[in-house]
Amino acid sequence: MNITNLSKIALNALLRNKFRAFLTMLGIIIGVASVIAMLAIGEGSKKSIQDQISSMGSNLVLIMPENQSSGGVQQGNSSSKALDMKDVKAIAQNSPSIVYVSPEVRGSGQVIANGNNWPTTFYGADVNYLDIKKVEIKSGRMFTEQEVLSAAKVCLIGQTVAENLFGTNIDPVGQTIRFKNIPVKVIGLLVEKGENTFGMDQDDLMIAPYTTVQKRILAITHVQGIVCSAISEEATAQAVTEITSAMRQSHKITDGEEDDFQIRTQAELVSTFSSISNILTTLLGAIAAISLLVGGIGIMNIMYVSVTERTREIGLRMSIGGRGLDILMQFLIESTFLSVIGGIIGILVGITASAVIGNITRWPIAVMPIAVVMSFLVCTIIGIFFGWYPARKAASLNPIDALRFE
Amino acid sequence: MKRNIISVNALKKDFHVGEVTVHALRSVDLNISEGEFVAIMGASGSGKSTMLNILGCLDKPTEGTYLLDDVDINSLNKNELARLRNLKLGFVFQSYNLLPRTSALENVELPLFYNNSVKPRERRERATSALEAVGLADRMHHMPNQLSGGQQQRVAIARSLVNDPVVILADEATGNLDTRTTYEIMALFQELNEKGKTIVFVTHEPEIAGFTSRNVHFRDGNILKQEIITNRGSAKEMLMAMPVEIEN
Repeated sequence: MNITNLSKIALNALLRNKFRAFLTMLGIIIGVASVIAMLAIGEGSKKSIQDQISSMGSNLVLIMPENQSSGGVQQGNSSSKALDMKDVKAIAQNSPSIVYVSPEVRGSGQVIANGNNWPTTFYGADVNYLDIKKVEIKSGRMFTEQEVLSAAKVCLIGQTVAENLFGTNIDPVGQTIRFKNIPVKVIGLLVEKGENTFGMDQDDLMIAPYTTVQKRILAITHVQGIVCSAISEEATAQAVTEITSAMRQSHKITDGEEDDFQIRTQAELVSTFSSISNILTTLLGAIAAISLLVGGIGIMNIMYVSVTERTREIGLRMSIGGRGLDILMQFLIESTFLSVIGGIIGILVGITASAVIGNITRWPIAVMPIAVVMSFLVCTIIGIFFGWYPARKAASLNPIDALRFE
Repeated sequence: MKRNIISVNALKKDFHVGEVTVHALRSVDLNISEGEFVAIMGASGSGKSTMLNILGCLDKPTEGTYLLDDVDINSLNKNELARLRNLKLGFVFQSYNLLPRTSALENVELPLFYNNSVKPRERRERATSALEAVGLADRMHHMPNQLSGGQQQRVAIARSLVNDPVVILADEATGNLDTRTTYEIMALFQELNEKGKTIVFVTHEPEIAGFTSRNVHFRDGNILKQEIITNRGSAKEMLMAMPVEIEN
């Protein structure tokens, strides 16, 4: 008995029961497809989060004052006066791993223009702020060094602010808006960025020279944060070290004393969210793996029923010269056929489903080759494993009893 | 003297059912030579089925020897027995045992699938000629459920012939058929026998046994008596003598 003949016999047996063979395969198809799709979704969401975090800025390093307490009352860190322009200059001078550095001051309140008003956040920054935050200008221009030095009353506004004050599709450049009763001229409109991962509208903001915000609006001399851009993602860690030492020197912190500032990097955010989405991927994968297992049990069930149902056939095959091994192989090949063909269809369905989900969610869905290979291997192994027991039962039948079986 | 195809000597078969030992065959001697048409008869429990199972190499005797075509069965293992069944034996069952949803031709081809030396083309040719031999040339691609009982049994006979076996073993092969079809099938067996096929036919109907050349009566695990049928009936003539049915 050669394998070609056995395969033919097994295939014929399956074709005699097309619908049942299809139903059996369905378990495997759904199992494999869901493993592939689930892992693709998990991977896609991870990529999407990474993309969004990187859209927040280029290799961002944020320096914030450490929380301070005054008289036992914890103060929010934005009220701290620990950071000022001296620190910005210290970082700029002593940190070669940094390309851009800019102070950041923030205020919030209503802006009024054109008979409308809108609550927004007012950012004060330096001229290179847009490069750090990866924001582009849709129309108009960025403010100049000169305007920073003179604390000019100019600003750039985000799309949300522009729409709420001036309506859609109207270029607000050249208009004057009022923030806390200070008239500010709009010199630029920012390109729309949409919501970030946390659901925050990244277009609801105004940017002005930090001097303007410090002197004219908030009347402060400190800055609330410093934003830097490292020369590369790899250089981020080095930049943190450099900034730390520059800041400690600038703040005259002696050895053993704790920093009065904190540093956050984009890389940290990425890794935090990656680990969250890794958990998600694992969870989805585990659920899908269970469905693959159920599919395998489906194969076992059908093969088992089929052995009982075909007892007389087995008896006949034995009486006309089929050996136990031939019968075993026939049933094994049948279950292998089911799981391999089911696996192939499952891969196709899984990839299609991933693409469809990707289209709907707009996530960068990534079908993982490892998921395809693994799920296919697992489904084949499951098919053979679960086919083995019924096949062995068939092979061990006594031909006389099998022929008499009713 | 013709060559012995089947040579059974002091054959015993015991079955152990719980603590009880059943002596299905006590001591059987039987020789069947080439070209014989032997009917094995007996009531149920007489041991005739056990005898057929052993003759068919589906079961091994507890004691005694059985030579099939000069091969000692006792010396063979399970796989070698399977090969022997494939090459030297043809089975015809009471309930036909055809594979459902499988054409007559494919059913007949089945034994050849278990024989590696037969190539696909030869397989088809031999199955076709076996079906022609049983008069079903025009039903080759019919499924079993599209065939009458008699036709299904013809397919089964073609299947038993396709290996060109040394002996055909039939187990109550006409048990499920009406009188007319029974005659048809028996006429076919007689025809095959005339062409030289050795046939062993288990039945409990004396009328069927009358179409064979020798009757072996079993009772309680022993051969009660053997008789050579001299005035052997012709199933073909019986068929001709039957009133013609009007078929619609």
